[in-house]
Amino acid sequence: MSQIAPVFKREFLGYFRSPVAYVFLIVFLVASVGLAFFIGGFFRGNQASLESFFVFHPWLYLFLIPAAAMRLWAEEKRGGTVELLFTLPLTTRDAVLGKFFAAWLFLVLGLALTTPMAATVGWLGDPDWGVIVSGYLGSALLAGASLAVCILLSALTKNQVIAFVLGVLALLVLVFLGWSVFNQLLSSFLPVAAVDFIANLGFIPHFDALAKGIIDPRDLAYFGSVIALALALNIAALER
Amino acid sequence: MIEVKGLVKTYGNKRAVDGVSFTVRPGDILGFLGPNGAGKSTTMKMITGFIRPDAGTATVAGIDVTQDPVAVKSKIGYLPESAPAYGEMTVVEFLRFVAEVRGFRAKAAREERVERAIARTHLDPVRRQTIETLSKGYKQRVGFAQALLHEPACLVLDEPTDGLDPNQKNEVRSLIKTMAQDRAVILSTHILEEVEAICTRIILISQGKVVVDETPAAFRARKPGARLDEIFRSLTKGDV
Repeated sequence: MSQIAPVFKREFLGYFRSPVAYVFLIVFLVASVGLAFFIGGFFRGNQASLESFFVFHPWLYLFLIPAAAMRLWAEEKRGGTVELLFTLPLTTRDAVLGKFFAAWLFLVLGLALTTPMAATVGWLGDPDWGVIVSGYLGSALLAGASLAVCILLSALTKNQVIAFVLGVLALLVLVFLGWSVFNQLLSSFLPVAAVDFIANLGFIPHFDALAKGIIDPRDLAYFGSVIALALALNIAALER
Repeated sequence: MIEVKGLVKTYGNKRAVDGVSFTVRPGDILGFLGPNGAGKSTTMKMITGFIRPDAGTATVAGIDVTQDPVAVKSKIGYLPESAPAYGEMTVVEFLRFVAEVRGFRAKAAREERVERAIARTHLDPVRRQTIETLSKGYKQRVGFAQALLHEPACLVLDEPTDGLDPNQKNEVRSLIKTMAQDRAVILSTHILEEVEAICTRIILISQGKVVVDETPAAFRARKPGARLDEIFRSLTKGDV
């Protein structure tokens, strides 16, 4: 278990050893805040809430998280460092967890840099802080689940572009499954129970509940299960 | 001590390694010879626990690599082919990472290991440089430094002098000689003169099988007066 720490540390600091971290954080901040202001009508809505900010996160993560995760294994395979890493005394599980938590913390750091949005809302109005905290929790879990899926796909190839494209496709499926527009389309020819079941496999219903301030253990369990399953498959894919 | 017993590895329908067995005792420098694709690297990767053998096993310091790969990895220093390392890290950062994974967590112990490895491999002038900016000779020395850092009982070196200039080759050979005094060393190479210069034993592998296991003197005596590469060619005719 203790072997996770060095991998975690190297990987997390690794983001800042190249311009990747700064480019990623700037794009994330500009895009997340820009979407909320210009498309979500953050001010026009005249509400002291971050709903118009969080609602875009599944769509934003669709592109940003594959970009943050694509290098995690593909680069090690291309550069041959995977051979170095796996001839050091650590288990595949240690390496997978170290990388996952490092990348997750990096994403959560990006999310933390958006807290001036919450401060603005607090200064201008009287928001329900519980809903805001729950929204951040939901977004962090959504990021973790998306990340776990994308790291798994990065482990399947040594080509970062392929890892990125596969990541976007996989997240697209997971977002679409729970997207109301898609579900309405399904309900024209499927029974309601079936549509409900399909929707619950997707990210959005679980994320929406948290973004509205409803902390349901089932939603937490959903994100936890996606993360655990993807990481277990990641370990299996590397040990193959 | 390294004991290899009947290692087998098959890729698709090609048997890369076909029942390789040998023993390396402390003080031995085993020269692992063979044409490209004969199975040298694959055998080394199985000994170091990077890939799992289809059959057979290797024990390092009495530990079976198929039973406890992590324990074996902690006993071995391994220099993979072309010395992969994390290019964005500086030499010191990289060696600190390896030291931490190798279990030297306390700062004093870690720094002592890193400094000793830097001194032994003459890396001091480039210690603050990122690895991707180093020349091939220096990169190779970084690979050596990480392999030696924990004073392992066994060293596995995959083409340690490949691509180096004559001066660097000479330096690497004397480094290997000084390290080998109470260690079991395996090194693979194409350079037959190198084997004569430093190895105490030769293993020649052809089409995945051991065809020669003897001293350099006995190898030369196979065809008195002939050049070493003539002997090499006549023994590896099957490989193209």
